[in-house]
Amino acid sequence: MTGTLHRRYVVDALLSRRSTDTLVIAGLGQCAYDIAAVSPSPRNFGLLGGMGLAVPIGIGLATAQPDKRVIVITGDGEMLMGLGSLTTVATQQLRNLAIVILDNERFGETGGQPTPTAGPTNLSAMAAAAGIQVTGMVTEESQIQALAASVHEDSGPVFYTVKVLFESLPMGTIELDGVRLKDQFRDVVLGEGA
Amino acid sequence: MTEPKIDWPSAIFDVLRAQNFTQICHVPDAGHAALIDRCVEQNDMTVISLTTEEEGIGVLSGAWLGGKKGVLLMQSSGVGNTINGFALPMATRIPLFTIVTMRGEWAEGNPWQTPMGQAAGPVLEAMGVTVFRVERPEEVGEVVGAAAQLAFNTHQSVAVLLSQRLIGAKEFK
Repeated sequence: MTGTLHRRYVVDALLSRRSTDTLVIAGLGQCAYDIAAVSPSPRNFGLLGGMGLAVPIGIGLATAQPDKRVIVITGDGEMLMGLGSLTTVATQQLRNLAIVILDNERFGETGGQPTPTAGPTNLSAMAAAAGIQVTGMVTEESQIQALAASVHEDSGPVFYTVKVLFESLPMGTIELDGVRLKDQFRDVVLGEGA
Repeated sequence: MTEPKIDWPSAIFDVLRAQNFTQICHVPDAGHAALIDRCVEQNDMTVISLTTEEEGIGVLSGAWLGGKKGVLLMQSSGVGNTINGFALPMATRIPLFTIVTMRGEWAEGNPWQTPMGQAAGPVLEAMGVTVFRVERPEEVGEVVGAAAQLAFNTHQSVAVLLSQRLIGAKEFK
């Protein structure tokens, strides 16, 4: 089922509700550009490498900062590389962790080759089978506000797949220096000089 | 006369305690079993059993972003699973500390363990990880403590390899 939703519309709907207690991890490639373009913040950590590690970073951050809401936004290809981490999410029962997959059914950074989600694979069903109790598939604009409410408010872990268009969008201004990215994030979360 | 057996897993635990480690990630290994059990008993340690060692690089990096210190406990065969993951601590200078129990060397009985066991140290070094190696049980606490300080004081990735001679070769019978 090819998506019709625009990814940055979805990200804007999710992150326009953020507070200073919301921390956002974005998987490498387009998702990192999306959060930088739509909701720039030192409380963002957008990856440009380490494919498959967006959810694990979310696990570590959510355990270290249990009073903050941690939202992982990543793509279908990136999630497929770290599927085992969904079992860790379920086992750890992290109440403050939400995962949103922007599923365009493509490896978008490398030429748009189809991923298994273009075929029979359903990531939300895999998350549910891993033991994550709140999961869903979003395909329509009418579902977006309920999605945003659940991502911010429901007791986690929550996992949603959002079917989005395969589209090329401007990368925009993104922090390429990982040291600065990390220091900015830690300064705002932990206080200067932590 | 036999020398008293040195409890090196306790020496590692004491370092983790003294240096305020709270996030313990592992893919289970017999060599680390006593240490893992000890950490699980602590109310103020978060112990996470991973599905693959690379996941631990992400979890520990996320923990550090949230202000917590952690360690990745793994076997030498797992080192190969971590390699691309080291891009994350390298690019960000997030401190990353790992303690590796070695296979594929001293009196190894399983030929499937030798390729990754022999390559573990060189592969880590190729990624820019500083590697310490311990052969004698009485040195474990000192080396692990110094290596952890190096990692977190200077924001580097550091590995301690615990040799198979120290751990004792697994018997196949």
